[in-house]
Amino acid sequence: MLNPRSSGSFRYSFVSTQGPHETASPMLSVLGMTGVTVEQTELKLPSRLDAVAQGANAVAEFLARAGVGEEAAFGIDMAVREGIANAAIHGNKLDEEKIVTVTIKKFADSLEIIVRDQGSGFDVETVSDPTAEGNIMKTSGRGIFFMRNFMDEVSWSVLPEGGTALRMIKKLETS
Amino acid sequence: MAELNISERQAGDVTVLDMSGKITIGEGSVALRTAVRRMLEEGKKSILLNLAGVNYIDSSGIGELVSSYTAINKDGGQLKLLNLTQKLQDLLTITKLLTVFDVYESESEALSSYN
Repeated sequence: MLNPRSSGSFRYSFVSTQGPHETASPMLSVLGMTGVTVEQTELKLPSRLDAVAQGANAVAEFLARAGVGEEAAFGIDMAVREGIANAAIHGNKLDEEKIVTVTIKKFADSLEIIVRDQGSGFDVETVSDPTAEGNIMKTSGRGIFFMRNFMDEVSWSVLPEGGTALRMIKKLETS
Repeated sequence: MAELNISERQAGDVTVLDMSGKITIGEGSVALRTAVRRMLEEGKKSILLNLAGVNYIDSSGIGELVSSYTAINKDGGQLKLLNLTQKLQDLLTITKLLTVFDVYESESEALSSYN
């Protein structure tokens, strides 16, 4: 199932599975999800800036394969890029020995994306609102704002093995 | 191919930078920063960014637009934006930056707006 691949010095491994997989997340019932994963993919990316595009491209392929509409895909792509960038830069401090792991799962009516880093964590309460007067002209600090704007749920948790997990949920329109 | 392509042309006193590609973290943002710094070093302070070909921008790219605006203003110049895509306009709206930037849909109107 695990297919490590190597492209130059870029370490990259990829896990993709299709078919029903039972899950047990308390958040699923809140969002009315069926709890059955239709498809899932896991990416392991090095903590480098070019990992952002690499991860986003892989997620875009996943979204196209999963039939996610263009409008939703734009916002998800934006949130994923910001999530990977934060994990690589602020979480792993661009230490290439540390990995950013992106897991994406499509359920019948939603998408779950988890971005894990191996950093020392951060307190989301300390992140200021970039649209507050006095912050509008700041040159950084809009990444989390975009994640929250484009995704339906965004949360962070500390991992028992160290590092932080960013979890984002996007509800999908069902026909 | 570069993530962001920038070509420069002069329209009277205004330097127009025609941009295409992505202004994202890393290469794209750095290309914009480098171009604007070079303009200022060359004494070109009336700058119009034609963003018609910019199909994607992230928080880093928006930060770079703000940084460019501030740097040019500090130098006594003016930075204006031309031909924003709907997506970019939406992003500038939600970040409350649309009213900060001077934005135009017509190049002739943009050019005649410089002091």
